[in-house]
Amino acid sequence: MINGVLHPRNVVAQLVQHGVTHYVTLPDSETAHMYEALMAEPSITVVPVAREGEAIPVAAGLFVAGQNPVISIQNAGLYEAGDALRGLALGIGLPLVMFIGYRGHNRKGDTPDSAATFLEPYLHMWRVDYFVVESNDDLDRVPLAFKLAAKTNQPVAVAIGTEYAKHDDSAKGGVVMGGNA
Amino acid sequence: MITYQDACRVINDSRAEAVAVTTMTQTKYWNQISNEPSLDVGIANAMSKASSVALGIALGDEDRTVLCLDSDGSLLMNFGSLATIAGMAPRNLFHFVFNNGIYSITGGQPVPAPGVEYAKVAEACGYVSAHRFDDIESLDTALPGILSSPGPVLIEIIVRGEPQTEGVDQTWESNARLPRQLLTLRKQLTGVDDWGSGGPYI
Repeated sequence: MINGVLHPRNVVAQLVQHGVTHYVTLPDSETAHMYEALMAEPSITVVPVAREGEAIPVAAGLFVAGQNPVISIQNAGLYEAGDALRGLALGIGLPLVMFIGYRGHNRKGDTPDSAATFLEPYLHMWRVDYFVVESNDDLDRVPLAFKLAAKTNQPVAVAIGTEYAKHDDSAKGGVVMGGNA
Repeated sequence: MITYQDACRVINDSRAEAVAVTTMTQTKYWNQISNEPSLDVGIANAMSKASSVALGIALGDEDRTVLCLDSDGSLLMNFGSLATIAGMAPRNLFHFVFNNGIYSITGGQPVPAPGVEYAKVAEACGYVSAHRFDDIESLDTALPGILSSPGPVLIEIIVRGEPQTEGVDQTWESNARLPRQLLTLRKQLTGVDDWGSGGPYI
């Protein structure tokens, strides 16, 4: 088990801080509560897709139209989206932050879930840089992902290595912007 | 039965300042006739994703009409995008499906179900309206009215199949052109000649 809690409200605050306009997503078990937090944020439009392979092309279209999207899909869905990642992110130099639900991740590397086993090798294969976020303590990695995507004009992954907390206790003490949970 | 040339000509006649996202054989004919190349993008680098790119552009610039020139084989690969588009309901998106029942690029093999009626599927998914044409006169007459109605609209065009024997420009040349087209289109839509601090991948 991973110690620590990741509150979706804190991640939403990061998205707002970076001027994100659209959150293109197919919800998954790791990021389910993120959806609820986003629906409460009026500055970000949630774009639900029917299959993960749609997410990157939709984001590419949004970017071309002057918007600032991110995507959020599960690792298993990222595998399905491989051709879109190749052709419409890496192939066009799309500066896109991709939140990837790290299904099966347990920090020990020994997991029966091949969705977890293959995520980091898969990202290495595509030469996609990534950061793993497992708790509020790791939130300072999110700005690094935005910075790297903009600097390189390439997609950068933020692997969400735990389930978002359902109840956002951080609301009592204000939003945590990174490293101070 | 309608030819690709006639369908593209009629669409181009009514496009005004619309963005055109094309794919596969439509790209070949559209490029020969388009009167606004700076507003065109040919999606060859990820087959089937034209409808999704078009959706993103339509959502990102709600004041701009977006035409997607899709095909049956491509749409079958990205069928869920019909539901996604219906769910977001962009009023400025017009989704053309060139239906020839075959994979032209690869020599004319039939798609898995040549009898699919895409207009009916789109309507069932929740598109505001859907239309099906198999003669050019009807399409020519109806299109201006359709394009002035609220989207998302699907316009299915029954076209004569043209199996390619020498291949179509769908490989490295199209892929190499895509970043430049996207950069040009971004400039047209945003007024900024800027892909980002790292520059475009071209």
